[in-house]
Amino acid sequence: MSKFGKNEMTRRDFVKTASTALAVTAVSGIVPTFAIGGTAKVKVGVLLPFTGTYAMLGTHILAAMKLRIAQNGDKLGGREVEFIVIDSEADVSKSTQHTNKLIKKEAVDFLVGPVHSGIGMNMARMVKGKKVIMIVPNAGANQITGEFCAPNIFRTSFSSWQTAYPAGDAMLKAGHKKVALMYFNYAFGKQTAAAFKESFIPGGGEIVADMPTPFPKGEFQSYFTKVAALKPDAVFTFYSGGVAIKFMKDYAAAGFQGKIPLWGTFLTEGTSHKAGSASEGILTTLHYSSELENATNVKFKKDFKGATGDEADVFAIQGFDTGSLMIQGMDAVKGDTGATEALTKAMNSSKIDSPRGMFSFSKANHPIQDIYLREVKGGLNKVVGVAAKALEDPAIGCKA
Amino acid sequence: MELSFYLIQLLNGIQFGFLLFLVASGLTLVFGIMDVINLAHGSFYMIGAYLAYWLTGIFGNLFLGILLAIPLAIAIGMAVEKLAIAYVYKKGHLHQVLLTYALILIFDEMQRFLWGNDSHSVDVPNLLSGSIPLTDIQVYPVYRLFISAVCIIIGIGMFYVIQKTKLGMRIRAGASNNEMVQALGINIERLFSIVFSLGVALAAFAGMIAVPVDSLYPGMGDNILIISLVVVVIGGIGSIKGAFVGAMIIGVSSIFGKTLLPDMASVIVYAMMAAILIWRPKGLFQAI
Amino acid sequence: MLKITKPVWVFLFFALGLTLAFPLFGEPFYIELLTNIMIIAIFAMSLDLLVGFTGLVSLGHAAFFGIGAYCLAIFFGQSDQFSLWAALPVCLTGAALAAVIIGLISIRTSGVYFIMLTLAFAQMFYYFFFESKHFNGDDGIFMLAKPEVKLGSLQLMDLGNEVTFYYFTLGIMVAVFLFLIMIIRAPFGQVITGICVNEQRVRSLGYATQRYKFVSFVIAGTLAGLAGFLEAAHSGFITPSYLSWHESGAILVVLILGGLGTLYGPIIGAVVLVLLEDFLPDLTDHWKVLLGGIIILIVLFLPNGVSSLSGKLFRRKIFTASKPQR
Repeated sequence: MSKFGKNEMTRRDFVKTASTALAVTAVSGIVPTFAIGGTAKVKVGVLLPFTGTYAMLGTHILAAMKLRIAQNGDKLGGREVEFIVIDSEADVSKSTQHTNKLIKKEAVDFLVGPVHSGIGMNMARMVKGKKVIMIVPNAGANQITGEFCAPNIFRTSFSSWQTAYPAGDAMLKAGHKKVALMYFNYAFGKQTAAAFKESFIPGGGEIVADMPTPFPKGEFQSYFTKVAALKPDAVFTFYSGGVAIKFMKDYAAAGFQGKIPLWGTFLTEGTSHKAGSASEGILTTLHYSSELENATNVKFKKDFKGATGDEADVFAIQGFDTGSLMIQGMDAVKGDTGATEALTKAMNSSKIDSPRGMFSFSKANHPIQDIYLREVKGGLNKVVGVAAKALEDPAIGCKA
Repeated sequence: MELSFYLIQLLNGIQFGFLLFLVASGLTLVFGIMDVINLAHGSFYMIGAYLAYWLTGIFGNLFLGILLAIPLAIAIGMAVEKLAIAYVYKKGHLHQVLLTYALILIFDEMQRFLWGNDSHSVDVPNLLSGSIPLTDIQVYPVYRLFISAVCIIIGIGMFYVIQKTKLGMRIRAGASNNEMVQALGINIERLFSIVFSLGVALAAFAGMIAVPVDSLYPGMGDNILIISLVVVVIGGIGSIKGAFVGAMIIGVSSIFGKTLLPDMASVIVYAMMAAILIWRPKGLFQAI
Repeated sequence: MLKITKPVWVFLFFALGLTLAFPLFGEPFYIELLTNIMIIAIFAMSLDLLVGFTGLVSLGHAAFFGIGAYCLAIFFGQSDQFSLWAALPVCLTGAALAAVIIGLISIRTSGVYFIMLTLAFAQMFYYFFFESKHFNGDDGIFMLAKPEVKLGSLQLMDLGNEVTFYYFTLGIMVAVFLFLIMIIRAPFGQVITGICVNEQRVRSLGYATQRYKFVSFVIAGTLAGLAGFLEAAHSGFITPSYLSWHESGAILVVLILGGLGTLYGPIIGAVVLVLLEDFLPDLTDHWKVLLGGIIILIVLFLPNGVSSLSGKLFRRKIFTASKPQR
């Protein structure tokens, strides 16, 4: 965990400081109240992982979100902000209790989280139709803005469909007709593979091997044996984090690098420089690259590094944009969290000036955004093109 | 698919089987001789792997890292035996399960505390990083052959110790009749200590040499523990030979399962275990 | 033998009264938390029958909990409403069937074998749900349906209401408690507690001990399925992690925390563990080290659980029972 994460207040500390702060303001008699908003502070519940496989992601998201709100004078719609932070770990079975704690016990106005897709769906199910506004800063399960979509559920990140669908076309354009798939055998991996097939197979491509691998193991020998036997035109993958590094190195060691082109989505994100020469030439489709040269990104990279000491990544910008979305919505209603409908409408029609480029929201409250085609050159994810312009998630099953 | 594919997969399966054998043989001895159910056995695989990863990072050489990690791992194992497990030898299985379950919680959390949550990996040492070309694109990594060779040497060494030495005689006696060993005046506490340390050493060493081919990740000990339990149950508790045969069956079938029937890969292993146990409720082989 | 002394009964009635009154003044969050505790208590009581009274240490009990829950989600979860009268028997049958299959194979063994077999079978079911394409894998299943309790066209209660569900769960927990007391005091219970103490002797008296152990295994599995059913109906969400061996281990911890072979111990254990899990994370990120330490201390120094703290509430030695039979 980064040093930033260590300084995070625990939930208990928060409750303590919050109540002291409240007591102080109450005594001095300056407690502005709102229609339904109640207290002076806007309560932002955060349910992100600070331990477990996704600890780094949660830490970056929260840090960038706080950075954005700090740039706005630490205020949302003119009101002070109080964060109530719970560590979600990667434990789906505890998410019901955690979410309850935030929406029932703490009665937060905004609920930011999570990273994990399973937890995300459970949270979405629980907040659907409630007053609290949920903003998903990462979890990419299609269903969150599909089946579970609701006016009070927003997402500032991506869907697994959105990142993988453009890859099918891009690989066909690159002349790859026979492709082998390798991905983690868990929900996100499976959705990524399905979205890829959705564009690849109708376009005339053929899947010669469909190989889900056990999560979170990084032992690929037997699968590589199969790849070598089948000799596909290319391999499309879903791996991320430390396992992605191992995957790229093993792929190179198996002698495939340069012979069988390697494609992915999150494969090289935050990992390309760590894999050394093994990552060279890998192509990925994603909604961000730290190599984008727009002014917002340049500034954000510098600010984030200054605030945390870490390099900016896709997760950080998602946290940053979550902050932007709250700011725009709360400014529109002048901080009145009681005006839920006006607030969610304002949020839905907001335009976010993101480090990834400008984006807006679909009817299902999901970003309509460009998906970039990136190639690793010298350890960096260089943008070599736009794989899909202003791509909208189909939001299958969304009735709202 | 060509024949070469199946042959190479068989090789992959055997190599995985060898690693499983190292872990499972220690487990089966501890079960068989000490009648102790040690769920924390997988944790020693993890500890071995992370020690090797850590020391390799410091000294820049995997072999040196392993050399230094082995005594450390054994020391940790002995400490655990003396400070915790020794207290539940006579307390029955339930207490052993709970105690070692608690040890897993502690070890897993210590791992997170010390080395974080992301997966890590260690490069194959230069000396063994080559690979043998088999077809125009199919290659077999030298390091995997090295793993198999080391495991064979250890296996032969174990066979020799157990069959030909005085210690081996005691171990064999302990596995088949615990009371007799005590009646013969053999220091059972020392024997337990030795057997437990041997088991820890084998599991930890398996973790160490596997580091360059397997990745390191939180909870890796749990995975290897469960699959090793299956191996032990199939082979027959207390039987080294059984552990070997069981490890090969599970190693090969899980590799083929993974590539040929990926949706059912893990279920296959357990279904096979059930089938063997319906046929032979006490596993394939008698103790030792 | 099951002995519940007078002071314990008084305590239990007092606790029941408090639980009955709680929704009148308790916050909604704690009502949900208590519902959770009661579901865990039912789960742990079912395991107590197996471990505490029959002397069979199972490390795969979560399989039945998960199967009960999955059964509800798969067969009834996707419509708008489901009838409790239809769903409950189907899911209990599902859990019972799984217990029959696992029981038939594992009951033939004992000691370490039994522990490892139950563990391995539970893992098999875990991976089945984890890897299967039809049940959403690790995403789990979200239930859209709400339970419906009707007699003819008359709605008896609205289980969608949190407080109603609380009382419903409480009622079931009390019923399970009384049911288990009943069977343990019945001749069947005499035999299984006999098996727990000394199986050889019971067998030499002419009892087919295998059959008794098997029936006990199936009853325990079915009741665990009941707990799983409640969990799914309550949370509306079910994932493979309900079946994982960590859950099986955790429920054993609940049992030993509270006290084996007491039936009320599991309830106390559930309260203690849920509160520990709620409280410890506030102290440190690495709270599992503390939890592990507490478990070790209890195993070493308080082998009869928290409920034995109050002294002479019960006198039993169950731990001699799981000695291996060679």
